[in-house]
Amino acid sequence: MSVKIEISQKTRTKIEEICKSFNNEPGELINVLHKTQDYLGYLPAEVQEVVAHELKISTAKVYGVVSFYSFFTMIPKGRFPVSICMGTACYVRGAERILDEFKHLLKLGVGETGADGLFSLASLRCVGACGLAPVVLVGEKVYGRLATDDVKSIVEEYKGGGCAV
Amino acid sequence: MANYKYHMLVCGGTGCFASQSDQIKKNLAQIIEEKGLQNEVQVVITGCFGFCEQGPIVKMLPDNTFYVRVKPEDCRELVEEHIIKGRKVNRLLYTDPENKEHVADSKHMEFYKKQLRIALRNCGFIDPENINEYIARDGYAALASVLEINNPLATIDVIKKSGLRGRGGGGFPTGLKWEIAAKNHADQKYVVCNADEGDPGAFMDRSILEGDPHSVLEAMAINGFCIGANKGLIYIRAEYPLAIERLLIAIKQAEETGLLGKNIFGSDFSFDIELRYGAGAFVCGEETALIHSMEGERGEPTFKPPFPAQEGYLKMPTNVNNVETYANIPVIILKGWEWFSSIGTEKSKGTKVFALAGKINNVGLIEVPMGITLREVVYEIGGGIKDGKKFKAMQTGGPSGGCLTEKFLDTPIDYDNLIEAGSMMGSGGMIVMDEDDCMVAVSKFYLEFTVEESCGKCTPCRIGNKRLYELLEKITEGKGTMEDLDILKSLSKVIKDTSLCGLGQTSPNPVLSTIDNFWDEYLAHVMEKKCPAGQCKALKSYIIEPDLCIGCGACVRVCPVNAIKGEKKMPHEINQADCIKCGACIEKCKFNAILIK
Repeated sequence: MSVKIEISQKTRTKIEEICKSFNNEPGELINVLHKTQDYLGYLPAEVQEVVAHELKISTAKVYGVVSFYSFFTMIPKGRFPVSICMGTACYVRGAERILDEFKHLLKLGVGETGADGLFSLASLRCVGACGLAPVVLVGEKVYGRLATDDVKSIVEEYKGGGCAV
Repeated sequence: MANYKYHMLVCGGTGCFASQSDQIKKNLAQIIEEKGLQNEVQVVITGCFGFCEQGPIVKMLPDNTFYVRVKPEDCRELVEEHIIKGRKVNRLLYTDPENKEHVADSKHMEFYKKQLRIALRNCGFIDPENINEYIARDGYAALASVLEINNPLATIDVIKKSGLRGRGGGGFPTGLKWEIAAKNHADQKYVVCNADEGDPGAFMDRSILEGDPHSVLEAMAINGFCIGANKGLIYIRAEYPLAIERLLIAIKQAEETGLLGKNIFGSDFSFDIELRYGAGAFVCGEETALIHSMEGERGEPTFKPPFPAQEGYLKMPTNVNNVETYANIPVIILKGWEWFSSIGTEKSKGTKVFALAGKINNVGLIEVPMGITLREVVYEIGGGIKDGKKFKAMQTGGPSGGCLTEKFLDTPIDYDNLIEAGSMMGSGGMIVMDEDDCMVAVSKFYLEFTVEESCGKCTPCRIGNKRLYELLEKITEGKGTMEDLDILKSLSKVIKDTSLCGLGQTSPNPVLSTIDNFWDEYLAHVMEKKCPAGQCKALKSYIIEPDLCIGCGACVRVCPVNAIKGEKKMPHEINQADCIKCGACIEKCKFNAILIK
């Protein structure tokens, strides 16, 4: 899934500035992408084209790198990104059931963002908080030692967008 | 740390941080100021204490009182009682699970008794954001002595004789690696620290970087001097923001103090360190893949030789070591190789840090001498299995490793014994499983990870692992045949034999190891269409026992798909066609009336 967008002159200038700060060096591609994603939140195809043009490399190469690393995303995350830790410690303490419950309540698959842009769902590998397993992150807030029926209250907490992370 | 009367050390490891330890620090500092004690009491955020199960942890110095599961609202009591009145707050002390007595000092806790902290020596003792605290504990003294002796080969010899082996998983002798890099002549060489910890369920390296970043910087400078490199790079996961922040602070402080940069300690040796960010690819833990990623490419491994020591970053000789390996270096130089090699077993010297997690009472970060047995780790340090259940297996080595069963409980843990037992040391994840874990599902879990993380370069790994995953999926859904089990075994062997890098060569290990140790479980899934552990969804159904159900309706309210029906105060029933087997009802039922069949 990808998003078709029109990039503004302002965004274009910003990306050009980022590339320039790394001397338009092709070897700095990953750092450029990190900075660009920090700024925009995601890396749609049109943005990759600008980066490729600035670093004088092919768009295919930029896409190859973006799609290789799981940290880079081509679709925007929700306002409240939900990430379920699927590290082994969380897995043996029931993370899969927690993930299923989120899928069911948010009606989203892993890697998807809701149409209203409120929630997105992702799984990640080991947050390093194994003492709290199973662990879920909403934005940067950590919820630990969860049972399936805690999921509903977490979703309620953010629904309507009332409570900011 | 000399001017204050008391120090309050608040754990800033990821686990404790997630339980609001930053708020605890803020509250403590505010209350101390309110009482006018800011010149007597210092509040410091430290690295991980290791006992994550009991977090957030606050330790008091000089009396070593170890408070556990502290909440932000407990701070006032801690200051007023402990600091002002000099009385321990008993309710926040650790309770020994055996005799139910309070234990104030961590050295009397079972969790710490058998541990030996070398790599983690400073974690939980110093403020990682203050270089002076590291220096006060002999920090940078090893670098000073190496520069003073001014004989790189002699230093490499010390590391060789110490017997230190790579802690990232491979176990290659560190001194030998340095020697090869030193002997390759080039105008420019590089030192790289591999901080791309990707094993799910492992957080050793992150804890060292967060708790004691200077030990890694110092060791990299020593490494640079020994091999003739003046540039160091740390390849770190972008997902570790706290570790990145602390490393950046540490590098800046070291540069300002003249311990990194030009002419260190007035010598001719100059050394700079920069960070390079990973972007979430497990395969980048492999050295050649890591180097390609640092060059801005896809992190795909290439054939060795040439080894990085010959042709690495930007085609120059490069020495790559892992975080924990580096953390051992300064101590070895200060205390001598004789001391280090006196710890451990014949071929595995020193200690190993493990992330102990899963179905165990004391989840945490532990450092133990090589040669300790699994039994000691599980039952003494780990405090036994959660909820009094039965030990089934210990998974080590993550997605490349295997499971160790009961029969290996008394095997001394070292590189060679673990391989002989069908697993491996790996980077140090130790996941404990109990009778409720289905081993077929566990190997499916690891394969799912490998399929996602395979870089796609070699066919056996890209397609073979996917086929393995599909076979395991079929078996856990009760559709497997005996022939599938044979294919599982032969395909695993092909993938191991024909993949280029460590990822593919080890990815079938979880399958082979569970087949070896838990063949009966595979058979039960295939022949009887049953999951003995009751984990595999397709092979189980939830049933309400009419004699035990009082019809309270708790399960009806929690069921996400409205599959439970029944009159109030009458036994309820689950509609099997609607049931998604989520297990929510079983958690809610107070009368144990819901059974899995």
